[in-house]
Amino acid sequence: MASEKTGRRGFLKGAAAGAALAAQAPIAAAQQVRVAAKPAPETTASGEKVEVLTNERPGADFMLEVIKSLGIEYATANPSSSCRGLHESMVNYGGNKNPELLTCCHEESSVAMGHGFAKIEGKPIISMVHGTVGTQHGAMAIYNAYCDRVPHIVILGNETDATARRSYVEWTHSAQDAASIIRDYTKWDDNPASLQHFAESMVRAYKIAMTPPMGPVAIIASGKLQEEPIEESNLRIPKLSMTIPPQGDAGAIAELAKLLVNAENPVIVAGRLARTPNGTKLLVELAETLQAPVNDQRNRMNFPTKHPLYGVGSIANADVILALEVEDIYMMTHRMSPLNRIGMGEPRRLAKENAKLISISCLDLFQRTNYQDFARYNEVDMAIAGDGEATLPSLIEACKKLITPDRRRALQERGAKLAEAHKKMEENNRQLASQGWDSSPLTTARVSAELWAQIKNEDWSLVGNDAFFSRWPTRLWNFDKHYQFIGGSGGEGVGYGAPAAVGAALANKKYGRLTINIQNDGDLNYAPGVLWTAVHHKIPMLNIMHNNRGYHQEVMFVTTMATRANRDPSRGGIGTKLIEPNIDYATMAKGYGMQGIGPITDPKDVAPAIRRALQIVKSGEPVMVDTVTQGR
Amino acid sequence: MKKFFLCIAATLLFSSVAAFGQNAQGNAENGHKIFLKNGCYSCHGYDGHGGVGAKLAPKPIAAVAFIAYVRHPAPGGMPTYSAKVMSDAELQDVWAYLRSIPEPPAVKDIPLLNQ
Repeated sequence: MASEKTGRRGFLKGAAAGAALAAQAPIAAAQQVRVAAKPAPETTASGEKVEVLTNERPGADFMLEVIKSLGIEYATANPSSSCRGLHESMVNYGGNKNPELLTCCHEESSVAMGHGFAKIEGKPIISMVHGTVGTQHGAMAIYNAYCDRVPHIVILGNETDATARRSYVEWTHSAQDAASIIRDYTKWDDNPASLQHFAESMVRAYKIAMTPPMGPVAIIASGKLQEEPIEESNLRIPKLSMTIPPQGDAGAIAELAKLLVNAENPVIVAGRLARTPNGTKLLVELAETLQAPVNDQRNRMNFPTKHPLYGVGSIANADVILALEVEDIYMMTHRMSPLNRIGMGEPRRLAKENAKLISISCLDLFQRTNYQDFARYNEVDMAIAGDGEATLPSLIEACKKLITPDRRRALQERGAKLAEAHKKMEENNRQLASQGWDSSPLTTARVSAELWAQIKNEDWSLVGNDAFFSRWPTRLWNFDKHYQFIGGSGGEGVGYGAPAAVGAALANKKYGRLTINIQNDGDLNYAPGVLWTAVHHKIPMLNIMHNNRGYHQEVMFVTTMATRANRDPSRGGIGTKLIEPNIDYATMAKGYGMQGIGPITDPKDVAPAIRRALQIVKSGEPVMVDTVTQGR
Repeated sequence: MKKFFLCIAATLLFSSVAAFGQNAQGNAENGHKIFLKNGCYSCHGYDGHGGVGAKLAPKPIAAVAFIAYVRHPAPGGMPTYSAKVMSDAELQDVWAYLRSIPEPPAVKDIPLLNQ
């Protein structure tokens, strides 16, 4: 037993080293795993042979070793019978460390926590979901991760062997093809029939999830495989060789460089580009080399918001538009309104007809059929298939080679004009932020400015999307580090915000970062139990409620429909507002054990509330500040 | 298309001027109620300071232009509020409300916006 433990420690040491390298380089060695034989029958005092009913080496132990070999730090789960074997191995055999099990109150929370974690840490955790019911609960969050191109591993508990199902409950919770419900929006799934099969599929799943375009994967863990003693011999964990992301074709990059260097008004548009901090640095280098403006779609932290080239690109004036990992190029070059969608107007093309449109994206290498997240056909002049971030170094080099001293002077003149435009944009933002400064409900600009005043000297990370906050943090704060912003849900599935923020805060915790989450009220009400998860697992974070007391976008939509029909717009609030009673989020937080402050309605009370909340966060706890806000 | 909208705007401009004259003021208190009831606040903010929709206050555009725009907004912009939904008199009241909204503090006087 002692030698077996020593062997496992050595194994785990190797796994940890491998995990550190996982994002950059292949893990060197496969692992041979020793397993105990199935126990022989025992003999009682009376000499009778009896079957041994204990099992000190269930299959789940080996499954866990496979998971550990991949450097998985956390497992999120709503506890379930179909994952009970793996659950027990995790907390006892694995010591509840790497992965540490996090208790979740809903599978949607489990998966979305992984989504948020991966966007900060750059690698997946696992979620254990329970058969048919847990998979259906988690499906929405899986879809969000898929649309957002974020890696995540779903371990799907299922009793595959019908003869092993012990009750009607297990029949209703089992499926013949358990991953079928999520197959349209996962990159890959498998249903291993043996432990060796599980090992190979888990390693393959990790590799597929982490290959751009990244995405969620699912592995079915049969209950029988988890719980029965290990009978297979010579089990081994295969070597993980990470796929090197593909770069765009060299000839195409050379042609693109010529276009960009000679363009008078190039615009760079960044979608889900910066997978890593290096992606942000590279985009800055490209933009500065060309003195070209960058329009960041804020799906990732692609470009520093205070950079003079940030946000000042004019699609309408552009002669060359470079779209880097942009999902919906049509919407980048056209303008539509909600009314247009119901046939009351033509989409308006923003880009010039003769503007050259070039895309670099790994999405051209992977598309599915049923779910329509791929948007309209990308009508571009050159579609370069390859990972945007991986392609940037060669593009930068090609551009630099082409820039003559004369051209450099011209580019610098353009850069100076863009810097001036950026300055004006900033001034305009401040002017707009001052409007309604003392209003109640609070303006989202006021709350953002109050927050910034108190966090700007901290090592902060905004983990909530600010799209529904009129992007005031983006407009007022200085975002210049990759972990300071993680974009939105991807699939626009409401309910992502709170759990993804907790997952991101979990990833930030080990770095000691101050996590800020601007939390939409409608979103929190999908599965608020994640507040308890944050408290229980001591995940510090400052939650600021964007409590506009409604599903505000729908308020606007229904009002629009009413006016279009020449009917009463005042009824747009029916079915869309969260009033009568107002929800008291500070009290809700307290119910889950989280300190709650508010509701705050007077602008003068915002700063003291944030000050108090920051003290709580710095003591290692999460906190909720309920600010009653304007719609956007 | 642009000409079409310009013609409509001009027609409405003249008809609105005829309807209200130069001294029309409106009832700001009633305008505030209508602004909230009819969902104007949802895009333009409770004080007309802007949001998804344009900033309307303080210092709104002239009443006639305001009413003309609400009747025939730019394509792709805000939804149309016809006279069946809001009368000219109601819109005049809304305008009066917007005109009653005081100026916010100047940016230079807000330390948080000068960080």
